[in-house]
Amino acid sequence: MLQLQNLGKSYKTGDDALKGVNLEIPDGQIVGLIGPSGAGKSTLIRCVNRLVEPTTGKVILNDVDVTTLSAGGLRKERRKMGMIFQEYALVDRLTIMENVLSGRLGYVGFWKSFLRKYPQSDVDEAFRLLERVGLDHMVDKRADELSGGQKQRVGIARALIQDPEVLLIDEPTASLDPKTSRQIMRLIAELCKERNLSTIVNIHDVALAQMYVERIVGLQLGEIVFDGPPEGLTPDVLTQIYGEEDWEATIDEVSDDVDDDINEDGIDSAKNTDKIAKVITEAVSAP
Amino acid sequence: MSTVSPSRTWKRPPLIKDTKLRYGLLLFVIVYFIAAFFSYEVNWARVYEGLDRGWEFIKAFSNPDFVTRWKDISAGIWESIIITVTSTVVGIILAIPIALGTASNLAPKPVYLFCRGIIAVARALHEIIVAILMVAIFGFGPLAGFITLAFSTIGFIAKLLAEDIENISKPQAEAVKSTGSGWWQWINYAIQPQVMPRLIGLSIYRVDINFRSSSILGLVGAGGVGATLNTAFDRYEFDTAAAIIIIIIAIVLVLEYVSSFIRAKVQ
Repeated sequence: MLQLQNLGKSYKTGDDALKGVNLEIPDGQIVGLIGPSGAGKSTLIRCVNRLVEPTTGKVILNDVDVTTLSAGGLRKERRKMGMIFQEYALVDRLTIMENVLSGRLGYVGFWKSFLRKYPQSDVDEAFRLLERVGLDHMVDKRADELSGGQKQRVGIARALIQDPEVLLIDEPTASLDPKTSRQIMRLIAELCKERNLSTIVNIHDVALAQMYVERIVGLQLGEIVFDGPPEGLTPDVLTQIYGEEDWEATIDEVSDDVDDDINEDGIDSAKNTDKIAKVITEAVSAP
Repeated sequence: MSTVSPSRTWKRPPLIKDTKLRYGLLLFVIVYFIAAFFSYEVNWARVYEGLDRGWEFIKAFSNPDFVTRWKDISAGIWESIIITVTSTVVGIILAIPIALGTASNLAPKPVYLFCRGIIAVARALHEIIVAILMVAIFGFGPLAGFITLAFSTIGFIAKLLAEDIENISKPQAEAVKSTGSGWWQWINYAIQPQVMPRLIGLSIYRVDINFRSSSILGLVGAGGVGATLNTAFDRYEFDTAAAIIIIIIAIVLVLEYVSSFIRAKVQ
């Protein structure tokens, strides 16, 4: 269970990026965080693992208040929070295996990591995860040789090998094509269910969010303005979050092209997608 | 009916807006240059004599003498190579922690200012000046040259490496930090891979610079082939001097080739 209590962040420039956000995410729940650019989405998830120091409020992960921890305590707590990034943020000149194993840095000592002598159990787990995301045949390739979708899979494996309790995901599909975006989102959704992870996903693509998350939180100017199921995202709500626009097209798009999303990489489950699509279609066509 | 609007003109805006200031500055530079140039006194009689000596020197290159003083030459070259290798290695090893301290995205302010200070001193003093000081302290010989070049290597590598560290990709650094890594692990996994090609490139370049410098430092008594070269000039043995210079050029060319090859490899 991840709890944010009255979480606030003011930058030195005087911008209030977050204004007292309260949010509670039970284990195994995926929350899609939507909102216009500058709404504070990135700041919010970075405040959870204190890549950005919150100015006020608390972040409580399973009864531990992350905001009061010392540097050492914070490092230990960060191990429980896997993070996945917008531009993948793999270390380009390290191999895929090194990138994945870097997820274990919080658990191994300096010399072991420096000499790349990880415990056998870590190496086994790395191979298993790479197999799970379909990349176990290229462990020694350098990260910058991969395509966007492959990079993001490595990013996912790196986050999961931490054996996290929480996933913080910042725009995972922003640089991916529509099809790869869906595959990545589906993979994330499946893994979160498998491992019962509380997850926050920042996402720009409202339609995509509706397909794969079970709860949507709308952020505007650092405040939560919507919190509910994906079906609750009516044009009125979207207008409230983003401002005036014709939202029917955005919502329609989802139901139209779901069908041609085929099970291609062995990870997908087309049946599941259809079910979600149906739910959304019904939700949208309801008055 | 459309009326013909007067055609509008456009000119690139000048760098200096004020016309008077613009032309005034230009005039000042021209006048100063002419005045400065003609302040040189040329003794044409001296030049006429000197031409002969210069020609002797150039002619010596067609007939370099490697043999007569070969023992001195080879000893000098070896000394230069020893100075180059040791000063480059020690300089780089000392430069890396200082570079970490000088990167504003890693170091706290006091550390940053301290390390910046070291770099500023190392770069402000020319090698020859440092060498004279070191010879004064340690006496004649290659030790003074080694310390001199190690010192200036620190300034060079630390400054440029710190700049590269400041330009790393921030998300990659954030990603490694978010795994719960310790500080040194973070340096090893997030920073080092990003700056390694630059560090290797700079190091090889520095080998090049240190070898060339080591052949000059002998002129002030800090060891190396420069001492041999100086002696050859003093004795008017231009053929031996030519031999030394040819060897220096050959070694620099080889280093140049090797460094471009390695730099292309590590991208």
